[in-house]
Amino acid sequence: MSDAPANDPSTNDPWARLRLATRARIGLGRAGDALPTGALLDFQLAHARARDAVHTPFDTDALAAQFGNVPVVRVVSAAPSRAVYLQRPDLGRRLSPESAAALPPGLFDVAFVIGDGLSATAVHAHAVPTLKAILTRLDGWSVAPVVLATGCRVALGDDIGARLGAGMVAVLIGERPGLSTADSLGIYLTYEPKPGRRDSERNCISNIHPPDGLGYEAAADKLAWLMREARRLKLTGVSLKDDAPALDARP
Amino acid sequence: MHATTLGHTRHSFPDLKALLAAASPHRSGDALAGIAADSDEQRAAARFILADLPLKTFLAEPLIPYEEDEVTRLIHDSHDADAFAPIASLTVGQFREWLLSESADNPTLAARAPGLTPEMVAAVSKLMRNQDLIAVARKARVTAAFRSTLGLPGRLSVRLQPNHPTDDTKGIAASILDGLLMGCGDAVIGINPATDSIPNTIRLLELVEGIRTRYAIPTQSCVLAHVTNTIAAIERGAPVDLVFQSIAGTEAANRGFGIDLAILKEGREAALSLKRGTVGDNVMYFETGQGAALSADAHHGVDQQTVEARAYAVARAFKPLLVNTVVGFIGPEYLYDGKQIIRAGLEDHFCGKLLGVPMGVDVCYTNHAEADQDDMDTLLTLLGVAGVNFVMGVPGADDVMLNYQSTSFHDALYLRSALNLRPAPEFERWLEGMGLLRADGGIRDLPAPALTNLLGQAEAAE
Repeated sequence: MSDAPANDPSTNDPWARLRLATRARIGLGRAGDALPTGALLDFQLAHARARDAVHTPFDTDALAAQFGNVPVVRVVSAAPSRAVYLQRPDLGRRLSPESAAALPPGLFDVAFVIGDGLSATAVHAHAVPTLKAILTRLDGWSVAPVVLATGCRVALGDDIGARLGAGMVAVLIGERPGLSTADSLGIYLTYEPKPGRRDSERNCISNIHPPDGLGYEAAADKLAWLMREARRLKLTGVSLKDDAPALDARP
Repeated sequence: MHATTLGHTRHSFPDLKALLAAASPHRSGDALAGIAADSDEQRAAARFILADLPLKTFLAEPLIPYEEDEVTRLIHDSHDADAFAPIASLTVGQFREWLLSESADNPTLAARAPGLTPEMVAAVSKLMRNQDLIAVARKARVTAAFRSTLGLPGRLSVRLQPNHPTDDTKGIAASILDGLLMGCGDAVIGINPATDSIPNTIRLLELVEGIRTRYAIPTQSCVLAHVTNTIAAIERGAPVDLVFQSIAGTEAANRGFGIDLAILKEGREAALSLKRGTVGDNVMYFETGQGAALSADAHHGVDQQTVEARAYAVARAFKPLLVNTVVGFIGPEYLYDGKQIIRAGLEDHFCGKLLGVPMGVDVCYTNHAEADQDDMDTLLTLLGVAGVNFVMGVPGADDVMLNYQSTSFHDALYLRSALNLRPAPEFERWLEGMGLLRADGGIRDLPAPALTNLLGQAEAAE
């Protein structure tokens, strides 16, 4: 795509074989000391996609429609705008007063929260098929209405789960976009959610973005396993670490 | 209590750390911590008070109690009163003017450095514009050496950062070759491992050692593993040049990294015992960044720039080769946009150099920050003028393992060319011997057959 004439793979690119070993932007060629124009524009496109993923508004209407007759509740965090959300992670971990009052207390085995996090693009693309795959694996579990959360950080699930009376909460959330992947979804599972839970008390499945990343069925298998283990051990976090992926950089 | 009246408004600050926080240029991390100035006028008022404060105040009133924090103890116990004596009567405002004056030349600044505390340099930085930070830093040269000499006037070195998401041998080797062929790697060839384990650290060390010895490159290698893993690697006979560790400016934040001063001392002694340096014995590589202590809830109500300067006091106690502030990596909740990142990068470089630390800067940002490569070009250029020891060289500025954008090999070539800077002298001679150096000091493209031959060798060698 980006190759200077001397680097064109269709001719004789000396870097071609090494390029197979890494996604790093090697052997780009030079225009003086700078990048050739193609490589310059490739980089800008990747950054533009990542930026768009961070700033695309969370379309809860479209998500709710995809769920059909599965009950859905919408909430917003205490972060009133995207700019504030990005600067004040503490506000993204608390519900707005209106949303807090709107969540009906109940008694559920598990609650699912779909939150925009740092990539609404990821959530739009992957959250519904991932959650549908999970729901087929939960025979006998009582499941709270699915919560769609705007301005959401991972720990918002603690507040939501506690108010819903859920035994555990799984937050499906957009991960921080990189230049190579702007649509990666993560899931964070927390047993007995309540405000103040530490990151070390969660388990994470990251990098869900088929076809390149983890697929929906594989992610659902992993989460269902973690949920059964969490129920058996009455905890999540480091004690489940041996068999589950470690916590990645959180949104 | 510190107070002043501006017009009809009285501005008061309960203690020294509140005053310093309010005097800081606005940044999101201080707002997140709830310690930023309430208004621009309050910020200006804080600076008026700060300007009249004697430097000695910072020796008398520790921001974080001596009894509670080993970094405070290090700062106060190692303070050199003789070095401080000639400037002991100055206020912070007078200190700024002295720093900018002709009498504060490079030898004088170096002589005063042991008498300065991080709180003093952080305080004066809050009264300085960006041009002041640059003008003083470019006088404060700090050199350090191992197989190459870094920080000399007229030189700019580059850490070659060949990271790979799965630590793939061939992928890392490919990025290393790309960087070397573009004249980068004289500061260090430094890999952030995707997996921080002892066997993986040893494998990566041996990989770089193989390339370094095959081409007889006068540089040093580093795998940026936890200090305890590097010590273990040394015990198992691995070829360790430098010991790496992330550090912060409070004891509690360092505990969050799983370290204390004692383990850093142990790491340094282990590396020194190998005697692998040829032109110097600076064996430590530290990374820092504003916001690290706040994110660990270990900032004690001190503003993030002052805490960052305290990390340089930790660094200088271990005579490092490289200290690198990873300025935009932490995200917009600490440094929101290009303006804040640029300011922080200049502050960190200034404070480090004034304290006698060999500073480099990872000029960088994440995708959720309000910043782009144009902001990085600006900061990179400013740091070049300020005499930064080294910057990062990442293929195409895109770190595919850590998922952030830094500076590229191309960026380093631009900076050297625009400001007439050259690589470290030992490395420059090596480039010349390899036929990579042009007469004008720029980097020559290898002719295609030579390149194909070299890359083929590299592939075959894996």
